Order: sequence, then structure tokens, then C-alpha cells
Amino acid sequence: MLRYILHRLLMTVPTALLVALAVFVLLRLVPGDPAQLMLGDTATEETLAELRSQLGLDQSIPVQFMYWLGNVLVGDFGRSITNDLPVLPLILDRFRVSASIVLVAVLLATLVAVPAGMIAAWKQNSLGDLMIVAGATMLLSIPSFWLGLLMLLLFGVKLGWLPVVGYVSFAEDFGRALAYVVLPTATLTLIEIGVVTRMARAATIEVLRLEYITHARAKGVPEGRVLWRHALPNAFAPTWTLLGLILGNLLGGIAVIETVFTLPGLGRLLVDGIFARDYPVVQGCLLFIAIMYVLVNLLVDLLYPVFDPRVAAE
Amino acid sequence: MRLRANAVIGGTLIGLLATVSFTANFWTPYAPLRINLRARLRPPSDLYWLGTDEFGRDVISRLMAGAATSALVALMTVVAAVVLGVVIGVLAGFLRGWLDRVLMAINDTLLAFPGILLALGLMAVIGPNKWGIILALGLAYAPSVVRVVRGAVLSVREREYIEASRVIGNSEVYTMARHVLPNCVAPIVVLATSMFGWVVLAESALSFLGLGVPPPAPTWGNMLSAARPYLDQAPWLSIAPGLCIALTLLGINLLGDALRDRLDPRMVAA
Repeated sequence: MLRYILHRLLMTVPTALLVALAVFVLLRLVPGDPAQLMLGDTATEETLAELRSQLGLDQSIPVQFMYWLGNVLVGDFGRSITNDLPVLPLILDRFRVSASIVLVAVLLATLVAVPAGMIAAWKQNSLGDLMIVAGATMLLSIPSFWLGLLMLLLFGVKLGWLPVVGYVSFAEDFGRALAYVVLPTATLTLIEIGVVTRMARAATIEVLRLEYITHARAKGVPEGRVLWRHALPNAFAPTWTLLGLILGNLLGGIAVIETVFTLPGLGRLLVDGIFARDYPVVQGCLLFIAIMYVLVNLLVDLLYPVFDPRVAAE
Repeated sequence: MRLRANAVIGGTLIGLLATVSFTANFWTPYAPLRINLRARLRPPSDLYWLGTDEFGRDVISRLMAGAATSALVALMTVVAAVVLGVVIGVLAGFLRGWLDRVLMAINDTLLAFPGILLALGLMAVIGPNKWGIILALGLAYAPSVVRVVRGAVLSVREREYIEASRVIGNSEVYTMARHVLPNCVAPIVVLATSMFGWVVLAESALSFLGLGVPPPAPTWGNMLSAARPYLDQAPWLSIAPGLCIALTLLGINLLGDALRDRLDPRMVAA
């Protein structure tokens, strides 16, 4: 068990380093001189040269990478070109908005989708199964930003129950803040229910075919107990891995939902950074989200033996 | 029974997409780019079946033109990702050694990014245009092809019939093309089908964010993004393009399920 944890932890270090390298290289591919971008066309040669040496741009590329990596490791992600604020606090501030929506959505989706998928598998090929699978496949096919627009159209425009544009932070006014995040959270929850239901169903079908289930049934264990006590732990393991991937993908693509609902989240920060050519912000967001993805998957893997102890035993 | 229903419905939806995309190249009810400021934001009617947008452009014509763009971008992206993925995957799996290790280290790093995030980052570098999207999404999705192909190559390369092909004097390249690659076709087809769906979704998401195909050229994604301010006045602008994306994805998902049931024996019973 300890060996499994250590091994998995050690494997994360090179991955994280390579991810950082990839982000660094990607941003170095941007055509043009970063110093020129920061200072604009009116800058003189001297100020340009000064900024270049200040940013370390006159060093060789490997030295620049080490310099940048050192700064990142102590939490210095540089400063935004547009408003000269340090990038990391900016990211953390926006991350709170995105993370709360994504986490709640994945939690709610799991609570609905896992039982739904298991019941569908248990009654495989029945009318109920067919309806659950059809529903899940339809949800899977709806683009999140379109579902978001439809939700706004129904609950915001037609019924007038919820606000269409804006955001209030939870610290400011809890009740009003809630009104702004209900629709984005509900949208993401519905979208993810589709994927998770299909996964839970497929996993349960495989487990229900195993001999220990037949054995439990032969002993006269009631069906409910067979399903929830014997099948669920094993069927949940693959779904658990999927949840890690979903969390990462949601964070990576959160910008579209934040655009639909005009939320000041991390995705919006990244996209606005791209438009403004604010490369320190873009670089910071890319690195932050990618490292989050790596860490979430690390956490998922570390907790995996809780659901499937066979992994750690190997 | 369900298998056939999946294939029929999925096939019909994708067939429809192909037909509409093809037709849009030489005929649409109106010119998709023609601005008519006297017919702004018209609701659906006999004249404009799905209404007009904020510049008085016919929505149905723009949807058709958008289908052509989306389908072309998705198709070219999938081809690019598959070609790149097959070449690298076969090289890594067949040659092994240090080249395999270097290629897989790069590949795993790219897989450590969520696909859409990698595409966003690449679009920041390349800038929004049609070829940029194909390049960005192709690079973002090729690593999963590499994984699948390398796995398939590794699983067959030690088999006796591969050995036999070498023993009778066939070259490595011939052995690879004639005996190794055909074993990878089934998993690649399954993957490429779902990938087509991911790319349609990713391209519309990027266009929705303003980082995809730039206006005035219509795509479903940038039509939705332009519709957001008119949600109140002209809800039809928000409904039609999204429905097109959803039906395309539904078709792909159903077709993908049917293909997987057919080609992946492990899943047949499920």
C-alpha cells in the first residue's frame, strides 16, 4: 500500500515538470518579442533592452526556463501585462468561482448518475434501461453552452425566476450569489449525468456477470443487498477514475459556461488573456489548470485502492 | 435489436449532415453572408423558415454553410490526428528502444492536458482561423491515437505470423503495412468516430468563445455566440444552431456505439 502511494507520488514529479516545460515552450512559440508586446510600439530601444534583461529574455532558453520554473515554484507567476497585477492571486481568486461550480456539479451528477446507471444495468434491456440509456445518450450529445443558453431562455427570460447576466460573490450576499450560480451548476450537472450514467451502467453490467454475484444470489441474499453491498464497490471503481478525467476536462473547458453565464471564473481569465495577448496570464492559467488536472488525477489514483484494494496489492 | 436502431438513427443523422454540407457548397436558400438591414431579427416565417439574425441574414442558409464548415474542419482534423497518431504510434511500438521512450514521454505530457485546454493554448499561439483550428485540435487529439496504435502494435508484434513474415524475407516496412497495421484498423475506426464528435464539439466551443473560425463566415459555434445578446428578442437564434450541434453529436454517439458493439468483441454482451 505504502509502496503504491510512494510510486504514484514519484511518478507525478516528472509529469508536472514536463507539463511546465510544455506550457513554457508553447508560449515561446508565440511570434514576436514579449518585451515589445508589453511596452507597445512606442517603446525606445533602451527601455526594451532594460525590460528584456529584467525578464531574463537576454539569457539562453534553458536558463530562461529554469529561471521561470524557479519563480513558479515559489508562487511567482509574473505580472499581468494589462493591469500589472501579480498573476497567481488573480488566478486563485477566479479559480474559487470555477472550482465551486465544477465540484458541486460533479458531486450532484455522481449522486444521480451512479444509481441510475446501476439500476439500468440491473434491469438490462428492460424498458427502463432503454429509457435511461436513451436519456443519457441525449444528455451526452447536448453541448454545455447550448443547454446553458436554453436554461437562461427558460428560467431567465421566459419565467424570469433567475438573473440573466451578472455575478455576486458569496462573501457579498449569499442568497443572491446562489441565484447566479444555480443555472451554471445545473447545466454542468445535467451534462455530466449523461457520461457518468453510461459508465456506471457498463461497469455494473461487467460486475453483475461475475461469479461472486451469482454466488451471493444463490445464497439467497436479497437483490437490493446484492446490488448495493456487493456490486456497487466494484462497479464504482472505473467510474471513480472517470470522475477525475471529467473534473479536469470541465476545468479545461469551463470558459464556455462562464461565457454563457457571464461568470468571472478562471476560464474567462484565460480567454480574455488570449484576446488581450496578456501572455503571463495565459501562461499562468494554462499551467495552473494543467497542474490541477495532474493533481486531481493523482488524488483519484491515490484513493482508488479504497474502492478496489487489488490495485495496491500488486 | 438496439444495435440496429443505433446504427440506423445514427447513420441517418450523419447522412443528413453529409448531404446538407455537400449541398451548401453550391446551393442555399439565400446567400449566407448577404446582409439585409431591413429584415433584421425576423422570426421564422414562410419567407425565412428559421428567421433572420441581427444583420438580416437568413438563419437556415447560415446553418447549411456552417454545417459545411464544421464537417470539413472535423473531417480534416480527424484525418490529421489519425495520420499523425498512426505514424508515431507505429514507430514507437515497432522500433521500441529510446525512440519509443522519448515519443511516449512527449505523448504522455500532451495527454496530461485536457484536450480542449491544449487546443485553447495552441489557438493562443496560432490565432483564430480555420487552419489554426485543424492544427490545434489535430495536435490535441493525436496523442490518444498514438496510445491506441502503439498498444495494438505491441500486442501483435511478437506473434508468430509477424515473425513468419520476417523469416520469409519481407522488409520491416512491408511487414508493418501488410500485417501489423490491419490489426489496428478496428480500434482506430472506433476512436476516429468518437473523435469526430469531440472535434465538432470542441470546434463549436472554440468558435463560441471567438477563438475558432472568425465571422462573418458562419459556424454553429459563432452563430450561438452572436445570438447570446439577443436571447430576449430573438430566441430562435439561440435554438437552431445548438440543435444542429446536438443532433450531429447524437448521430455520432449512436453510430459510435453501434461500431463499438460490432468491432469490439469485449463489449458485445453489454
